[in-house]
Amino acid sequence: MCSLNFMPSWTRVRRAGSTLTTPLHPDDYLRLLNPLWSARELRGRIEEVVPETEDAATLVIQPGWGWHYDHRPGQYVGIGVQVDGKFQWRSYSVSSPPKRRRRTISISVRAMPEGLLSAHLVKELEPGTVVRLALPEGDFVLPDPPPPKILFLVGGSGITPVMAMLRTLDRRRTMPDVVLHYSSPNADRMIFRDELSDLEERHEGLAIHRLHTDTDGMLELAALDEICPDWRNRETWACGPGPMLDAITEHYEEAWLEKQLHLERFSLELGGDGGEGGSITFRNSNKTVEVDGATTVLEAGEQAGVGMPYGCRMGICHTCTLTLVSGRVRDLRSGDEYAQPNERVQTCITAAVGDCTLDI
Amino acid sequence: MAIADVKDYAHLTDEEVEQLGRELDAIRAEIEESRSAADAAYINRLIKIQRGLATAGRVVLFASAHSKRAGKPAWALGTGLLGTAKILENMEIGHNVMHGQWDWMNDPEIHSSNWEWDTAQPAEQWKHSHNYVHHQFTNVLGHDNDIGYGILRMAREQKWHPFNLGQPVYNALLASLFQWGVALHDLDIEAIRKGKKDPKEMKRQLKQIWRKGRNQVLKDYVVYPALSGKNWKSTLTANATANFTHNVWSYMIIFCGHFPDGALHFTEEELEDETRSEWYLRQMLGSANFEGGPLLHVMSGSLGYQIEHHLFPDLPSNRYPEIAVRVRALCDKYDIPYTTGPLFKQYGQTLRTITKLSVPNSWTSSDQPEPPTPSIDRGRKTDDERPTRRSELGAWSRSASEVRA
Repeated sequence: MCSLNFMPSWTRVRRAGSTLTTPLHPDDYLRLLNPLWSARELRGRIEEVVPETEDAATLVIQPGWGWHYDHRPGQYVGIGVQVDGKFQWRSYSVSSPPKRRRRTISISVRAMPEGLLSAHLVKELEPGTVVRLALPEGDFVLPDPPPPKILFLVGGSGITPVMAMLRTLDRRRTMPDVVLHYSSPNADRMIFRDELSDLEERHEGLAIHRLHTDTDGMLELAALDEICPDWRNRETWACGPGPMLDAITEHYEEAWLEKQLHLERFSLELGGDGGEGGSITFRNSNKTVEVDGATTVLEAGEQAGVGMPYGCRMGICHTCTLTLVSGRVRDLRSGDEYAQPNERVQTCITAAVGDCTLDI
Repeated sequence: MAIADVKDYAHLTDEEVEQLGRELDAIRAEIEESRSAADAAYINRLIKIQRGLATAGRVVLFASAHSKRAGKPAWALGTGLLGTAKILENMEIGHNVMHGQWDWMNDPEIHSSNWEWDTAQPAEQWKHSHNYVHHQFTNVLGHDNDIGYGILRMAREQKWHPFNLGQPVYNALLASLFQWGVALHDLDIEAIRKGKKDPKEMKRQLKQIWRKGRNQVLKDYVVYPALSGKNWKSTLTANATANFTHNVWSYMIIFCGHFPDGALHFTEEELEDETRSEWYLRQMLGSANFEGGPLLHVMSGSLGYQIEHHLFPDLPSNRYPEIAVRVRALCDKYDIPYTTGPLFKQYGQTLRTITKLSVPNSWTSSDQPEPPTPSIDRGRKTDDERPTRRSELGAWSRSASEVRA
């Protein structure tokens, strides 16, 4: 436990050191000695790239200073990689269980046909590469202790967060009565195929139902009664492609069971009311642009030709955060409004409510 | 002679000016398109070198203060390393990062929105007084506070006052205390004198300057000397010398940007219904380059490419040399003057202007070149026909918002 006591005092030392390095932070110098010695932006070094299937790989990452290893099984992290000089960000579920001792985290990535970054991560990333990280987020998590009966409904790379949950249950020896349905085009493309079989062998409570959609077609939810007759009594976690999740949601709503369904989607859906629009002024770039209430501040800035910082573009990583000098913006996800002077706002998920000015 | 209409001065038709604008836009688009990993490597390497030099300078000075044998050579070496680091940090790194030249990398650690530099002026105020006021209203009398920085008379159109007799002295003071002069720049002394400054805004700015300045002074004049123990004096003088060098150097480079002969001033009329292309033209006529090798250019923040910098303030500075070749070709093509010369000559002309303008106009002659052709009346719009435009300077955006604390 000594490392726990050591960390805050080390932080204090660095804070004191900033009188020597002002206006920079000691970390700005230390990271030149070791790229992981900085907490200014979270960093990680790729330790290993483990191929899982033909088009998927697990990245084992050693995070740098400022990482807490306290992610909850099922959460995702942002990963930023410099491609052609420019940081590109994506979010992926952590597949490793929360474990302080190993000092690494794993994420599993499937190369998407049109996803330049995912293909880069799976095929071109070299061990030793330093990447940027964003802290774990997400409500798609397993409670501790777990419920006595669980159903996982998984499609494709949706297995990743569920894998983190299964590994945690395995490691903590708290595997309850679990049914896992796993849809995948064919056996070769099943990520974690061998590990799942191993888990299934070791845990009596774990039953896995595999479906190869290339030959057997998509999961029909009417068949759920056969796959898992007592599904109505199980807390359910579902992760996979959008249409699959839509169908699952509908099925649970028809059964009035939506309360026991937990979903993870990989794309942001901006619901709720838009802003009202207005003219957004980018103070330092001396640019102004008229926008409607559905255009995010980030998109507005890009339209105006301002070099906006951005990351995940879904409100996770805070890379896009800027200071709102005046005016009002609305969070397109929640409808919350931000209008305090000098408030820091996430430009990728907010839209203007009337005229506003940003410090960039 | 201050220019009221850049097109008249450059004897170009509207169509030619618009064509020039399109050609410059094309250069910008091409450079933006071709920014890549090599550019990112440039700024990252430079930051690494600069931080290495700064660390080496501090370590050598620390050693020289604690060892009897190291003595004066170590002091000189440490001071030189530190001064070089400070110059690089302010010029090629800080100034250019804050212009947003590296924002395209999407790296929050090298981004104009949060970069803070090693000088007394808070970054936020610099971005307003420099990126906005100076780069938008470049060389327009009464709008660009960089014409003489509120203390020097740098254009014959500015009214002479007996106060100006002391110009050579003020100039020397400004040079040696440059960062502190710059620190007060966005306060807009002129506006304060005329009682036009919002007192709340002034208080906020002063607080910001005080906080930044205090940390800078503590670092160089208290903490590092204290670490040197009983030889604190040698570290103190070394830091003071490094700061002095960095002040004088940045002052000289910056004064060579718009004050050599050939860099023209403009009257307010030029701003009225000015198009983007006319803005380009004004930047070209109002700025002056200087010549030198790659090292000189890096040490001066690429401001030897002042013309290119003013045309494209937010394109990466390492691309200015290739842009310069193309801008110069355009100047030849459109017969527009391209002011450049060796550094000593450019600064010599600046010094001559400072001295000449310390006395009334009638005592001296102008060194500005005459316009190539007599200007023609193009029948510009009358005041009533023009759209209204904000004319006030200094934190205009902030005083406009009442919610601001």
